[in-house]
Amino acid sequence: MSIEHSTVELTRADFVSDQMVKWCPGCGDHSILASILGVFPKIGYKKENFCMVSGIGCSSRFPYYVNTYGFHSIHGRAAAIATGIKISNPSLSVWINSGDGDATAIGGNHFIHLIRRNMDVNYILFNNQIYGLTKGQYSPTTKQGQITKTSPFGVIDYPFNPGELVIGARGSFFARAVDNQPKTLVEVCEKMAAHDGTSVVEVLQNCVIFNNGTHAEVTDKEVREDRQLWLKHGEPMIFGKNKDKGIVLRGTSLEVVTIGENGITEKDILIHDETTENTGIHMMLAQMRPPHFPMAFGVIRAYKQPTYKQLFEQQMEDAQKDAKIRCVDDLLNSGDTWIVK
Amino acid sequence: MTKKEIIKKDNVVVKFVGDSGDGMQLTGTLFSDTSALDGNDIATFPDYPAEIRAPHNTIAGVSGFQVHIGKCIYSSGDEADALVAMNPASLKSNLKWVKTGGIIIVDADTFTDEAIEKAGYSSNPLEDENIASRYNLIKAPVTSMTTEAVKDIFTDRKSAEKCRNMFALGMIFFIFGKTLEHTDSYLEKKFKKNPAVVEANKAVIRAGYNFCENTDVLEVQIQVEQAEIPKEKYRNITGNIATAWGLLAAAEKAGLKLFLGSYPITPATDILVELAKHKSLGARVFQAEDEIAGICSAIGAAFAGSLACTSTSGPGLSLKSEAIGLAVMTELPLVIVDVQRGGPSTGLPTKTEQSDLSQALFGRNGEAPCIVIAASSSANCFNWAFEAARLAVEHMTPCILLTDGYLGNGSQLFRIPKMADLPAIHPPFATENDPDYMPYKRDPETLVRQWAIPGMEGLRHRIGGLEKSDGKGNVSTDNENHQLMTNYRKEKVERIANRIPDQKVIGDENAELLVIGWGGTQGALKLAVQEMQLEGKSVAFTQFNYIMPLPKNTGDILRRHKKLVVCELNMGQFVNYLRMNFEQLHFHQYNKVQGLPFVVSELKEKFNQILEEK
Repeated sequence: MSIEHSTVELTRADFVSDQMVKWCPGCGDHSILASILGVFPKIGYKKENFCMVSGIGCSSRFPYYVNTYGFHSIHGRAAAIATGIKISNPSLSVWINSGDGDATAIGGNHFIHLIRRNMDVNYILFNNQIYGLTKGQYSPTTKQGQITKTSPFGVIDYPFNPGELVIGARGSFFARAVDNQPKTLVEVCEKMAAHDGTSVVEVLQNCVIFNNGTHAEVTDKEVREDRQLWLKHGEPMIFGKNKDKGIVLRGTSLEVVTIGENGITEKDILIHDETTENTGIHMMLAQMRPPHFPMAFGVIRAYKQPTYKQLFEQQMEDAQKDAKIRCVDDLLNSGDTWIVK
Repeated sequence: MTKKEIIKKDNVVVKFVGDSGDGMQLTGTLFSDTSALDGNDIATFPDYPAEIRAPHNTIAGVSGFQVHIGKCIYSSGDEADALVAMNPASLKSNLKWVKTGGIIIVDADTFTDEAIEKAGYSSNPLEDENIASRYNLIKAPVTSMTTEAVKDIFTDRKSAEKCRNMFALGMIFFIFGKTLEHTDSYLEKKFKKNPAVVEANKAVIRAGYNFCENTDVLEVQIQVEQAEIPKEKYRNITGNIATAWGLLAAAEKAGLKLFLGSYPITPATDILVELAKHKSLGARVFQAEDEIAGICSAIGAAFAGSLACTSTSGPGLSLKSEAIGLAVMTELPLVIVDVQRGGPSTGLPTKTEQSDLSQALFGRNGEAPCIVIAASSSANCFNWAFEAARLAVEHMTPCILLTDGYLGNGSQLFRIPKMADLPAIHPPFATENDPDYMPYKRDPETLVRQWAIPGMEGLRHRIGGLEKSDGKGNVSTDNENHQLMTNYRKEKVERIANRIPDQKVIGDENAELLVIGWGGTQGALKLAVQEMQLEGKSVAFTQFNYIMPLPKNTGDILRRHKKLVVCELNMGQFVNYLRMNFEQLHFHQYNKVQGLPFVVSELKEKFNQILEEK
């Protein structure tokens, strides 16, 4: 049930659709689209084996702009539709495009259950912390206190952090990237594609119209080196303009330290292990944010465990191996039957 | 031993009632299976409370199982010829359903002052002269005789008392002249790992049997007529299992994978439970996190080329409404099974009703027509599930199959079909690398679009809930195009009328009164009409299975009769649908929403009243 590869080399042109892209100029979605169009040929699957699924929202127009099989469905339900596609045909590469409202409000239930099951799909969560398509209402990820159309006095809801949701649901893969840093976005997307199981990438995406600059405190060029920690498996968690800041574990909490101060050396810095089952450090990394911490990017968690597909197909295979009932005629005639004479 | 007089009967209704947990469902099933094996036609209906174990000895906790056996059985019957009541509460709640002169077996040991009071009796009903004179009341010491029969096997009261239902079953077996072999072999299989339980139950069933044989509690034995049915192979089947098997059969016939996305809900759960067993037949079953995920996963599966199904009951159908609209818009094949129950809201989860018809027909935003069909017996749930799948696949549209709690949980004799005899199903697949492929290009005759499945070469395309342009299928907000696509979706479903059989009438096609039903009420309606026909009344009968679209000859049939009466277990949903379609006709209606099926007597009364009207 592996996914069939293309016999010819594919290029970006193989995946560009003939539809006009209708996102606002300057929208972060353009950059995510460009990254995906770059990543798909590299993955190497036959172009017919990609299937894009989305719900409702700006980001959910994505499938129209990629020349694969695509399904633009209804609000919040992409995860459930993708689940049916994947169970029905395990040899498809299934991708979900969803926004913060689509994934964590109306589709929140499907989102956590998809992750809990470790369904073999790739989930790109475009987090712009606002409802864009309905013109600027607060979403479950909007910051507390923010004024929006539906929170004229400021949002009082506590926001969701998508990483906490994913890791809390024992997700096997979570990564974070930024729309305006395409090189790293491509790298992260390649890693998500390579992971077996539910791979979720949260992309901090800017909505130029309704929430411009919402991620600026970590994504602006001037601050990003000091406020972004790019994680690499097996390497120390070092960041900062001068590569002199690091993360250590003190007691049960993470702490930012400066190498060279108070006797701290590189050896004291925490080494990132994305593969561990224990969610503790991964959860703490997902929670980090300014001003006291940098925000963690790259692959935070990539834990290998059997996927839904593997478990499901194994049961199908086992059931069929020694089955007495092999066709519907067998079934109809099984158990207590009798002939009226 | 007293010699019993043998009485012959065409058919009898036997009802087993007791506390939830008294084993009444099992007892009833064993009696109906034994009767079927013995050559009777059968129909059964379980009547159980929504609570798993309501307080002991209360009316709320009464669980029942009704069995109708005989020569020619259409329904699980109305009043009981024999009632087994395992405690005072079950007698209290079921006495009104016993025929005058009927047999009532009670466990006299349970009629303690406390239990009598808990049941709401002010005095001991076993001493009530009205009951004793009106019925054939057998006060059997079931509990004590059961305990006695197993005293060498079980020392504890609890284990012993678990066998009480078998004592009552043994009594019924003797009264109706049935053998014990089937029950013996059932027990041996079921309790293979616990020989003591097998031995105890066998001993108790014999004790009950011998009690009736050797005492003069009843001076008669009743012999029920053998079935008058074609000489073929049969089995007993519930509507829900028949539905599940019909879907499996359709998938095999169509050469498609079967996918079921579903969420547990009474009384539809058994469809999910049954299909989950059949991985060996390739059934891909997904228990979703909610009703919406159930249908959405099925829509995904339909896109990916499966025979996609979802099963639910009323409240679940409400939750699925938006997604059904998506399936209408994307023109994907999808079977939605709604096992109707009493509504609205949570309503009466374990009781039957036909009140989801309007929801099935109209319960979506926008102009969103889909096929609606209904099964009309437990056994024909197989055929209608198959038909739902055939129509959905061949016409690329969702199809709602309405059954109900009465059909779903009830059982009937089922003539085992041969797969080779079932109609072929032809999925309208697109051809790989077809240069002319367009997602919304239609067959000119049926208006059906082609099914291009992810993975197929040269057919990549996008579909979705936004309106699509005719042919090419790109997103379109063009006003003319929306009108055109809306017309297509409507006409596509209406043209199915060209490919379904004509509606049939039983009886004189010009009879004064035409009795009209749909779905699960067929048994009682047919019996009522037949009885009236024998009485010389000018009555004919027609039961609808195809509802959207209606068979093409529907108007012709209706216009032939002076009087029309539409009977349904709701407040008039089908009759209003007919009024909408046939404005010039006058319809009488007979409706009931008590969580119960129709009984023949109430129907005949209504029909006679209509006939007498000038």
